[in-house]
Amino acid sequence: MDMLERKGVRLVVYLPMELDHHYTEEIRREVDQVIREEPICELEFDFSRTIFMDSAGIGMLLGRYKIMKALDGRLLMTHMREQIKRILKLSGILNYIPLEQEEEVV
Amino acid sequence: MKNEMTLTFDSLSENEGFARVAVAAFVTQLNPTLEEVADIKTAVSEAVTNAIIHAYPGEVHTVVVRTRLDGETVELWVMDEGVGIEDVKKAMEPLYTSRPELERSGMGFMFMEAFMDQVEVLSKPLEGTTVYMKKKIQKGVTEQEA
Repeated sequence: MDMLERKGVRLVVYLPMELDHHYTEEIRREVDQVIREEPICELEFDFSRTIFMDSAGIGMLLGRYKIMKALDGRLLMTHMREQIKRILKLSGILNYIPLEQEEEVV
Repeated sequence: MKNEMTLTFDSLSENEGFARVAVAAFVTQLNPTLEEVADIKTAVSEAVTNAIIHAYPGEVHTVVVRTRLDGETVELWVMDEGVGIEDVKKAMEPLYTSRPELERSGMGFMFMEAFMDQVEVLSKPLEGTTVYMKKKIQKGVTEQEA
């Protein structure tokens, strides 16, 4: 499966199994390039394959959140397992990106 | 039961996953819960990533992860011989990062402290850093099976 998929103004990012510093570098590079070049208003991070995330993942999400906010767009996170939700809760990132948006349909 | 193992690997980001998975596999001898395994994996990942990113700027050298099991306790040492940390207290502050350009969240030590019972950092500029962590595995599965 490709990592990125365009759905109209939404860009869906299918995150890897392990979201650590090694993988965030590549995701950041590819996502930012598309956001710069295409009219993207919504950025969706799909966690359905992801079983591990550490603070590097949080840094990457916060960075993309700031970019989407500057573009007046929004960020969504979908299909998180309990372990991923645990990390998200602990990080405080849910104050910015609420879980309620999780299953929202376009 | 006492058991100990040591991993020695290059400070390459490819090894972050290897290090946490290897430690997690070793720790399964204590019959930890899935949550405890996840806690340890996250803590190892944070400490190893710190060593890989900060210890040897622009160079590749060795990172050592030592794991000791003693009874129900897991002890971990993540060691490098890199540049060291000038101000350990500051480095451990939530949201502090010396490398904001890398989009580091500054949450690494916060996660280590949240997931382990004890976290100590020993560091000397130009000599290196050791992160020591300890966690007690709660007895669950083992006793019921016995």
